[in-house]
Amino acid sequence: MAVAPDRKTAIYEGSRIPKPIPTALVVPQERLDTGDIMQINFGPNHPSTHGVLRLIVDLDGEEVVGIEAVIGYLHTGFEKSMEQKTWWKGVTYSPRIDYVGYQSNELVYVLAVEKLLGMEVPEKATWMRMLLAELNRIHSHLVFLGTSALELGAISMFWYCFRERDLILDLFEMVTGQRMHTRYFQIGGLAEDIPEGFYDECRTFIEWMPKALDDYLALLDRNEIWLERTQGIGRLSADDAIALSQSGPNLRASGVDWDLRRDQPYLAYDQVDFRVPVYGNGDVYDRYRVRMDEMRESTRIVDQCLRRLERMKGRPWITDDRKVVLPPREELHTSMESLIHHFKLVTEGFRVPEGEVYVTIESPRGEQGCYIVSEGGPKPWRIHFRAPSFAALEATAACANGSLVADLIAIVGSLDAVMGDVDR
Amino acid sequence: MSEWRNAPGYVSEREAFGELTVTIEREHVRAACEFARDELGFNLLSDIVATDYLGWGRPGVSGYIGTASGRDINFPSTQGLQTLPELKPKRFTLSYHLLAMRRDPARVRLQTWLDDGESVDSVVPVWPGADFYEREQFDMMGIAFDGHPYLKRLLMDDDWEGHPLRKDYPIGGEPVRFSEAE
Repeated sequence: MAVAPDRKTAIYEGSRIPKPIPTALVVPQERLDTGDIMQINFGPNHPSTHGVLRLIVDLDGEEVVGIEAVIGYLHTGFEKSMEQKTWWKGVTYSPRIDYVGYQSNELVYVLAVEKLLGMEVPEKATWMRMLLAELNRIHSHLVFLGTSALELGAISMFWYCFRERDLILDLFEMVTGQRMHTRYFQIGGLAEDIPEGFYDECRTFIEWMPKALDDYLALLDRNEIWLERTQGIGRLSADDAIALSQSGPNLRASGVDWDLRRDQPYLAYDQVDFRVPVYGNGDVYDRYRVRMDEMRESTRIVDQCLRRLERMKGRPWITDDRKVVLPPREELHTSMESLIHHFKLVTEGFRVPEGEVYVTIESPRGEQGCYIVSEGGPKPWRIHFRAPSFAALEATAACANGSLVADLIAIVGSLDAVMGDVDR
Repeated sequence: MSEWRNAPGYVSEREAFGELTVTIEREHVRAACEFARDELGFNLLSDIVATDYLGWGRPGVSGYIGTASGRDINFPSTQGLQTLPELKPKRFTLSYHLLAMRRDPARVRLQTWLDDGESVDSVVPVWPGADFYEREQFDMMGIAFDGHPYLKRLLMDDDWEGHPLRKDYPIGGEPVRFSEAE
C-alpha cells in the first residue's frame, strides 16, 4: 500500500548568502543616551515565557528596539549525566529534555544507538513508534495552541485543548503506564507489548479529534481579536528562517516545503500517506495554521498505523538479540543462559561499537538531532542533542524587531520553544 | 573523485554508518563552510558540536567512579575495552552538521581537530544561526571562536569557572553552598 507522498511546491533552495540577521538586537549607545529607552525584564518567571526564559527588552514607547534572550535557567546537564550512565539507562534521560515532545527525544536517542549497533527492529515496534510519535505531536501542538491562545486572552481554548490532551495522556498511560516521560521505546523495540483494547481506545480518539479541531477553528479562525493579534505579526522570511537554522513548523510557516518525515524518511514514514502543510507569510498566524493542519495530518497517520498494527497481533515487539535486549522474565527461572545475559546487561550494560553518528527526526518542534560518540564501551563517550527550540529562540530577535511589546508575547509563544529543550 | 576534494583546507573524508565525515584544517573552517554553502548547496547549519577526547581509550578518567570506558574502578574486572579504540590526533573535535535541503537531500559532517587553547574562526558570517551554537560550545567545552560578535557564556552563569562537558571537569565538582557546618 506504499503511497508516495505528494510534492506540490518546490523545496526552497535560496538563502545562499544571508544578510546579517541579528540573534540579539543591540540598541546603539547614542540612542540609549537620549533617555527615551526603557529597559525591562520579561521573565524569568513570566507566564508568557513558557518556562523560565528571561528576555531583556529595550522599549521606545511601546516599540521593541532591543532584545536579548538570557537562557540557562533550566540547564540540568543532561549531556554530562548521560555520559556517566550505561546506554539503556540513557533512554530514561532523553524524554526529560523536551518535556512536551518527550517521545521524540526518546525516539531519536533510541534510533541513534540502534544505528551504531546496526540493529534491525521488528515491524510492529516501528509502526507503534510512529503511532506514539504522532500522538505526541498532537499532544505537543495542543499544549502550544492552548497556552499561546491563553496568552492572547482566549481562555476557553486552553480548556478545550487540555481536554483533548488529557485523552492522549490517557492513551499513553494505557500503553506505557506513564502519562508523561513514558520511557516506552527500548533499544531494539518496545518495552512491553501493546495492551489489549488499546486499538479501540485509540480509534475512538482519532475519530473524535477532527471534530475537536473543527471546534478550535470555529473558536479562533473567525475570531476578530485572534486574527488582529496574529496576522502580519512577527514575520520571518524564508531566507532568514534558513539562515537562522530554523526547522519544523516555523520553517514551513515561512514557505519552505521541508519535512524530514517526507524528505529523509525514517521509521516507516515512506509507507504512509500524509500532506505537508506549508504557508508563506511567516507570521504568527501562519505558524498557528501549520500546527493546526499538522494535527489533522497526524490523526491520518495514526489511523494508518492502527490499520497496520491491528494485523500484527502476536508478533514480536522487540528484537531477539540477547546481547542487547533483556531476556523474557519467565526464562530467568528456567534458563541459565538467560540469567547470565540478564545479569550482564543489568550490571555492566551492553557494548556499542566505536564510532559517531548524527540522527535527525522531525519532532513536533522541528529537526531533533542526536549526536553520539561511542568508544566501544558500555557508556556513551559524548551525547549531544540538537534542540529545535534552541534554534527557534534565535529567531526571536529577527521576528520581534520593531514590533509592539504586546505582540512580543504572541511572537515568543508562536515560536514554540520549550525551555527544557533549549537549556538541556 | 569527490566533490569535497576542492574544499579549502581539505584533509580527508570517510564514510561510516552511512554518514560522510569530511575532515578539514582548523584554519580553514570558515572558508570550507562557505564552500559547502555556496558550491555544494548545504544551505542549513543543523548543529555545531564539540567532543573532548581526553582519556580516550584509557581506563579511568578524572578519578570519578564509573568511568566512561569501564564500570567502576573498585571492580577492575569489568574495566577496559575489548579492542582499543582508534587513537585521536588532538584533544577536541568540532563537528559542523550541515544539511542540503533539496530533492535529493544530503547531510555531511565537517570536522576539525584542535587542542586546548586553539581557536577556530566563527561561522556566524556564514550562518547567523551559528551564534547560539558557538556560544554553547564555548560555554560547555571552552573552545574560542574568533570573530564571534558576542562570545560569552550562554547556559552557565557568567562567573562560572571551568567548562562542564570537558572530560576533566569532575562530576560533583560543584561546591555545596549550604552545608550543615554553616
